[in-house]
Amino acid sequence: MKYTVNEKGYYGKFGGAYIPEMLYPNVEELRTRYLDIIYEEGFQKEFHKLLRDYVGRPTPLYLAKRLSEKYGATIYLKREDLCHTGAHKVNNTIGQILLAKRLGKQKIIAETGAGQHGVATATVCALMGMECIVYMGKIDMERQRPNVERMRILGTTVVPALSGSMTLKDATNEAMRHWINNPTDTHYIIGSVVGPHPYPDMVARFQSVISEEMKKQLQEEIGNPYPDYVFACVGGGSNAAGAFYHFLDDEHVTLVASEAAGKGVDSGESAATTALGKPGVLHGSKTILMQTEDGQVVEPYSISAGLDYPGIGPIHAHLFDVGRVKFVSATDDEAMNAGLELSRMEGIIPAIESAHALAALSQFTFEKDDVVVVNLSGRGDKDLETYIRWGKY
Amino acid sequence: MKNRIKDLFASGKGNILSVYYTAGFPTFDSTAAIATALEKGGADIIEIGIPYSDPVADGPTIQESNKIALENGVTLPKILEQVKLIRKTVKIPIILMGYVNPVMQYGIERFAKDAAAAGVDGVILPDLPMDAFLAEYKTTFEAANLSNTFLISPTTSEDRIRKIDNETDGFIYAVSASSITGAKGEFADTQLQYFDRLKTMKLKNPFLIGFGISDHATFAKASSYGAGAIVGSAFINVLKKSANVASDSEAFAVSLKNNSKS
Repeated sequence: MKYTVNEKGYYGKFGGAYIPEMLYPNVEELRTRYLDIIYEEGFQKEFHKLLRDYVGRPTPLYLAKRLSEKYGATIYLKREDLCHTGAHKVNNTIGQILLAKRLGKQKIIAETGAGQHGVATATVCALMGMECIVYMGKIDMERQRPNVERMRILGTTVVPALSGSMTLKDATNEAMRHWINNPTDTHYIIGSVVGPHPYPDMVARFQSVISEEMKKQLQEEIGNPYPDYVFACVGGGSNAAGAFYHFLDDEHVTLVASEAAGKGVDSGESAATTALGKPGVLHGSKTILMQTEDGQVVEPYSISAGLDYPGIGPIHAHLFDVGRVKFVSATDDEAMNAGLELSRMEGIIPAIESAHALAALSQFTFEKDDVVVVNLSGRGDKDLETYIRWGKY
Repeated sequence: MKNRIKDLFASGKGNILSVYYTAGFPTFDSTAAIATALEKGGADIIEIGIPYSDPVADGPTIQESNKIALENGVTLPKILEQVKLIRKTVKIPIILMGYVNPVMQYGIERFAKDAAAAGVDGVILPDLPMDAFLAEYKTTFEAANLSNTFLISPTTSEDRIRKIDNETDGFIYAVSASSITGAKGEFADTQLQYFDRLKTMKLKNPFLIGFGISDHATFAKASSYGAGAIVGSAFINVLKKSANVASDSEAFAVSLKNNSKS
């Protein structure tokens, strides 16, 4: 696996564990134990049983006939939107809660932006009877009220992050501060392929079930496990990491990551990290992030709260750097139109995050026999307010 | 080469008071006035904070000072200019403390060269891990005669403390509790046991205790275990309310040192 993490926790020049010493013992415990725990037989059995019976995996690989006709290719949708809680996020939280139990932790903390990871974490904490605190930017709490209430119904304490810009990056800072203050009894469930090593690798492994299933399903559908293209949206990049994972070494598969361009890459209101960012350190790893010349982190913008993040996971920074993944971007307009198009053509209302992956389709010219998989990472229920405000339907 | 930090510790002086404050807080121009006043009040080291948008190891007090300093227009190049100005009069060691990203963006070699030229003696970058320091920073910092300080905390293993001690040439920053920065009350017994443990380890480098130092009592207590102590949030709180940062800074240093033998 030439694109996976090396022994030192780096993907090429990105990754590592840029953390204050106060977090070192926690992260070191994870680093030395995560692989043994995850690949232990009992863990795998419990993990896969929960993915099947609780999450509803495998998620279907659905041939989108009308979409295929429109774009002149065979387009499949990987239906992560059908996962319990409405998005792929739960694949990771199931894995991490099982890990936390085996590490002997009693409490869980998490950060959330749009609230999907918060809900997925609150869900598994309810399932396992563990105490849970989720940090969420005050502004995001106002924007995503239904998800705040979902977490509360599930028994989680939602704490508003009041520092900085009061959004996802600040919620992440607050969760890290909480972990510094509570190093022994608490596990921090990071929601994306970000953070200090081993988080990016660990989260990618839990999400890799997505591409593992794609391969099996394609084999059954078309007699060949390899598509010509895989499309996924990237905020931090956990659904993309999962959708790309088992195709990384198969260079004939074109991997496309779609970032949120917001109101346009050069509009000053964007979250297109690879287009606007530079290498630096964010949330414990060296990666590409949006920042000022002086190295201050810039607040991004996207209509999609889940893509509204100033960095990308170090694995994506590396895949971008070496050219293995093609990075494109879609504006708010393009994503909303693509979301409405899928609703009308296939009867599926996608999450606005996932709509950014769909919007990238029109930027490619396909051959008629091309097989394309779009990772439909989440469903649009949580985005109804945004769709309603957008109108045009 | 002479380095003011190494000279200070080589002198065998105890009760060393190191004071942290954020550059450009409360106003852009207060950086220099505060430095001069702290030296006058008896501070032995000044730690000037490079403000950062995402200070994960800091509590609300220092977070706020970072935010205000950035709003005041402080940047790393401007801080280096301020240090140059401070160096015209101030003789005590000056340390720059901050998060690694602004230093990375400035350029490691350029930073080391310019910081040393401005009169900086040492650097503390809490989120720079030891492996990255050894691979990418150590040689450059040493060539510029900049001393690097690592943090240790109550959860740092003895092995790791020894390793950090080996890679240090100056002093070790002993964080007093498993926590972010912030002024607290008295030390708990577990903290005192940890200080004791450090004392009996007979490290080759002296250590200064930081986090939770807020007044003369906590300063004196911490200094009885290590070479001295570092105060940050408590001083930022004084600056926040101050109508005259120069006289208040001097008085603060005096009050911390008061009654302690120096």
